[in-house]
Amino acid sequence: MSREFETIEEARSRLGEVGYLADEPAALVSFLAGRLGKPVLVEGPAGVGKTELAKALSRAGERDLIRLQCYEGLDEAKALYEWNYRKQLLRIQTEAHEAGWDQVRDDIFSEEFLLSRPLLTAISEERPVVLLIDEIDKTDQEFEAMLLEVLSEFQISIPELGVVEARTRPLVVLTSNNSRELTEALKRRCLYLWLDYPSVERELEIVRLHAPELDERIARKLVEVIHMVRALDLKKPPSIAESIDWARALLLLGADDVDRAVLERTMSIIVKHRTDLDLVAERVGVKLGDGVLGQAQTS
Amino acid sequence: MAPRLLEFADELRREGVAVGTSELLDAFEALDAVSWSSREDFREAMGATLAKSQEDRHVLDVLFERFFFRAVEREAIAQELTEERFQGAEDLDLDALRERIREAIRAGTDGEMRDLARLAIAAFGRQGEGSGVIGVDVQRIRRTLGLRGERQQAEPGDPDSVPRERLNEFERHVRRELERQMIERTQALPPAKPLRELDRALPTNPAQDLSQVHRVVAQLKKRLASHGREHRGRHRSWQVDVRRTMRASLQTGGVPLELKYRPRRPRRPELYVLCDVSTSVTSASVFFLSVLHALHDQFRKLRSFVFVERISEVTDVFERERSFETVSRRIATDAGVADVSGYTDYGRVWLEFLEKVMDDLDPRSTVIVLGDARTNGREPHAPVFGHVAERAGHTFWINPEPRLYWNYGDSVMSSYEPYCDGVFECWTTKQLEAFVNAIAELRPAGGR
Repeated sequence: MSREFETIEEARSRLGEVGYLADEPAALVSFLAGRLGKPVLVEGPAGVGKTELAKALSRAGERDLIRLQCYEGLDEAKALYEWNYRKQLLRIQTEAHEAGWDQVRDDIFSEEFLLSRPLLTAISEERPVVLLIDEIDKTDQEFEAMLLEVLSEFQISIPELGVVEARTRPLVVLTSNNSRELTEALKRRCLYLWLDYPSVERELEIVRLHAPELDERIARKLVEVIHMVRALDLKKPPSIAESIDWARALLLLGADDVDRAVLERTMSIIVKHRTDLDLVAERVGVKLGDGVLGQAQTS
Repeated sequence: MAPRLLEFADELRREGVAVGTSELLDAFEALDAVSWSSREDFREAMGATLAKSQEDRHVLDVLFERFFFRAVEREAIAQELTEERFQGAEDLDLDALRERIREAIRAGTDGEMRDLARLAIAAFGRQGEGSGVIGVDVQRIRRTLGLRGERQQAEPGDPDSVPRERLNEFERHVRRELERQMIERTQALPPAKPLRELDRALPTNPAQDLSQVHRVVAQLKKRLASHGREHRGRHRSWQVDVRRTMRASLQTGGVPLELKYRPRRPRRPELYVLCDVSTSVTSASVFFLSVLHALHDQFRKLRSFVFVERISEVTDVFERERSFETVSRRIATDAGVADVSGYTDYGRVWLEFLEKVMDDLDPRSTVIVLGDARTNGREPHAPVFGHVAERAGHTFWINPEPRLYWNYGDSVMSSYEPYCDGVFECWTTKQLEAFVNAIAELRPAGGR
């Protein structure tokens, strides 16, 4: 069963146990989310671990994770619930002769004929869950408005059935890449958390956690290079997941240093655009070639 | 404490952060849950509940420091407390102090830095050089101590330089201590000033301006793609796809319960951008070029032109080069802009533009002009521009001058304005955003 976080420290350490190194704000917001029962709106650039936070919360809190991936054109039928027309039709056909209209009508609008979609599933679930509404900024404003009832009251009104209320309070995490300004009404109902790219030290910890066999010196240099790449004006800066991938790739290749040759061979792991590749090779590759980086560690 | 928080919320509202009652209630609830003694937690709790965007959060952090500092000082005045000043400043060895401060900045804790800041002020005061203006004093103290921030590519060997961020922190401490002394001297708080633009701005790197333009232009693309869709209602004009509806109806025993619609392809916008690069818009042309640069990142079907006296197509330059510096250099040197007199000749530009793209313009294309409409007394050829606007679906004009100056002197904005779907004054990214919002409101010309 689920366990609440008792203190901020506990939130941090238990998130750490399941492989998510939370910084101060993230730990505090996770703690508050459980305490106040409010949804959390997580914003930040792509690949800083917004979705991962929700997953870690579900693991650390021993809750099931229900995920609603948002996209343009997502509507109630895909997010809330839908009537199972086919089954209803069969029901009508089999009973058309004996039963009166009133009975059939009451029958076909019962829970048996309801297809529940993620939001309804999360609300009606008996065990406590984490509901992840991913990339909310991809939907349109109408959908946001529809979410308001779910997020503030934790209930869903179905005209034919009445109101379905949550049996346990789900922990709701909304993520956004900030590609569109969300409405005030939605923001007002949420706690706000801004996740940014981590500092060198923290990212080093993260990389070491996920690729423990990698030599400390190489790991540090790798993270320094990643930070240097992020400082360039790229179409898509490398995410944390990509630095972890890179660390694992270096392990597999058995590289014993991050130098220009290694960077040029494995660059495609962290940079995903042709023009970006050229830019990184030019700016960062040269620095590595001169041995400016990593001197403090080796000397 | 509650009234204090309300005051703080008031101050936030004055700075434009929308703090509602529900946010305040959340904040109170959150503060019940975290310990009051930890300053960090306290601030984070306020941040999570009161600020709802990154900008708001930044403003909150700045205000938080100031507000609670002032609150403590006010209390001190009310109770007539003064702090024990550091005694024995006469015996301080400036060189030893310098060394200790440098150490503290590199590795010290917050508390250490604060103590040393006080020491520094005391030693400095002994020399009797206090100017009374805090900002000046901070700079003098820093110079006396010989503190230098590390440069970007500093040789690690330089013993005098210290990490820049830590140095800023130390300066903040010095500033704070000086403020405290001043408050004690005058027995009153200086009036709270609203934050300056500089304080409000998020920490930046030089590339940020460019990336902001890119962000706004990405928005522009979305707006152009879904242009006017919301006005028509989502389903109204959709066509039923009979084939797919029949197939779907097989699952429900031949009853077409689910209607399938033909997917509607969003219009692919075709853009023609004309950008004035003459001397009268020098200051704005960097901004214009960065807009062009960002547009090229986003749109496939885009042709761009720069003009002074005559027009020249630069689509290739942008498509080949990614780096903004290279692009602007190449346009400056060899874009082939016939820049004989250096004066813009809008009339001639229209004639040439029309000749070049006449056959390609259709109701799906959008023409955007970036320029100040100053013709230097030459014939504006407004009807020709009208002809361009007529052939194109939309025409927008972005003018870098404030609206007030339009039509003064040789500006002929008013003769072009009637042909445009919209004219905008625009020289900052904020105004660019306003432009994007405004064109989203317009109805499509061909779509009705």
